[in-house]
Amino acid sequence: MTTTVILVVGTIVLLTAVYISWRAGRLDRLHIRLETAQAALDAALLRRSAVCLELAGSRLLDPATSLVLAAAAHEARTAGPDEREHAESDLSRTLRAVVDQERFREKVHAPELLEELDSAVAKVVYSRRFYNTAVGVTRVAQRRWLARTLRLAGHTDYPLFFEIDDAPPAALAAE
Amino acid sequence: MRIGIVCPYLWDVPGGVQAHVRDLAEALIEDGHRVSVIAPASDDAPLPAYVVSAGRAVPVPYNGSVARLTFGFLSANRVRKWIREGRFDVLHVHEPAVPSIGVLACWVARGPIVATFHASYQRSRAMSVAAPMLQSALEKITGRIAVSDAARKTLVEHLGGDAVLIPNGVTVGRYAEAEPLPGWGPDGGVIGFLGRMDEPRKGLPVLLEAFAKLAPERPGLRLMVAGPGDADDVYARVPRDLHDRVGLLGLVSEADKVRAYHSVDIFCAPNLGGESFGIVLTEAMSAGAPILASDIPAFRRVLGDGQAGALFATGDAAALAREAARMLDDQALRAKLSAEARLAVRKYDWSTVARDVLRVYETVVGAPVSVEDDPL
Repeated sequence: MTTTVILVVGTIVLLTAVYISWRAGRLDRLHIRLETAQAALDAALLRRSAVCLELAGSRLLDPATSLVLAAAAHEARTAGPDEREHAESDLSRTLRAVVDQERFREKVHAPELLEELDSAVAKVVYSRRFYNTAVGVTRVAQRRWLARTLRLAGHTDYPLFFEIDDAPPAALAAE
Repeated sequence: MRIGIVCPYLWDVPGGVQAHVRDLAEALIEDGHRVSVIAPASDDAPLPAYVVSAGRAVPVPYNGSVARLTFGFLSANRVRKWIREGRFDVLHVHEPAVPSIGVLACWVARGPIVATFHASYQRSRAMSVAAPMLQSALEKITGRIAVSDAARKTLVEHLGGDAVLIPNGVTVGRYAEAEPLPGWGPDGGVIGFLGRMDEPRKGLPVLLEAFAKLAPERPGLRLMVAGPGDADDVYARVPRDLHDRVGLLGLVSEADKVRAYHSVDIFCAPNLGGESFGIVLTEAMSAGAPILASDIPAFRRVLGDGQAGALFATGDAAALAREAARMLDDQALRAKLSAEARLAVRKYDWSTVARDVLRVYETVVGAPVSVEDDPL
């Protein structure tokens, strides 16, 4: 009789342990994925402001446009964590104003630079989608009862979505 | 870049996803990348050099149509071996929510994984039931692509999260020129259909009903049907005296498919829905076939609201017959639709699409790790 009880209790404890360790492992994988996505987003944003600065300094634009673009790119690059979403959105808006000028493509003869800009803008859109998807999944997993009670997330911060206006200029849009 | 692509459906049967994978792979190879595709294939099927067989496929009813899928431990091992030997920088899985080697690949791999979602459905019981089981495999996906707004909506509703939208491409040049099939048009009276005959969503019965209405008054009218399926089922839906005016080509080769597009006066796509993009439609457009399609949202958008092809109310055989009669009677209208179609299809060319997909790869690859098999 007692052996049966011990066996049953032992099995339950073992199964619970396996389950908890599996859940912890899953959360760990999600955190790694989130970090990778964040690094990719960071790289994409930095690359976009770098290409914008290059375009601004290329003497292909008129001085006023150059100045506007350079200022926005500089703001985006140096913004602190709290102002970053704002500054990046401003850069998107400035970029639209610059590229969607009339006859921009005719005036700016730099196919390689424009291709690079096009690519940098698209990658911001892509990496932000991927990052926000990762944030969503991680949040749900962290909020689970088991994860909260046993502190499976450890000291990891509750992840935040990155919300900016990243609509590309009409002249660069894929279609 | 070393790219591994996983196609869940049988390679040697034509289909939207298979064609997508083939064209994407070829566009990437053209661009100088090293690409390997793994797909289910019949034992004796001739495969291009870049395709590796994942074994035979079993026909299974799935999500409203019969799909040929590959699953099981043996297949999982094949996929694992392919991943280990391929040493890919990025793994690109198509339709990872379909129970075939796509989900197996997510299961056995780790590293940068991109997934493309093709299908769209209203509310799929299969997907709802499977979502929790697929969860841990699908969570490994770093970047998600949807081929249409409908596919993206399906993804968001069933699995949560978001995806970037990159529409299907078409290799316009491959379809532009071809000799018509012997014995067929365009002679002013050929209506063509391409797709599985036994799949209700493709809408062949609607076209057959319309044909039965039109044919008695138009002695020169013929119907050409290309695609796999049971011939008797088709003939059963057509009056006996019209049987010799319905040509069933069965499963056609790629080359014959292109020739078929050039052999018709009207190319009809009577789909009832479920089509997330009109890959068949864009192929026919590249060939300059005058198009008559049901007005499901995807077709309406591809055809520019009727600018590049005529539209009729979905599922309405009378409306189909009326529009077809109008097109058959008006040579100038057909010529105009043909020219508009060739123009409208350019923005769907593969070179544009492959460039966007490559940008997604570059976004997820970031860190210097490659795809490995996951010991679990």
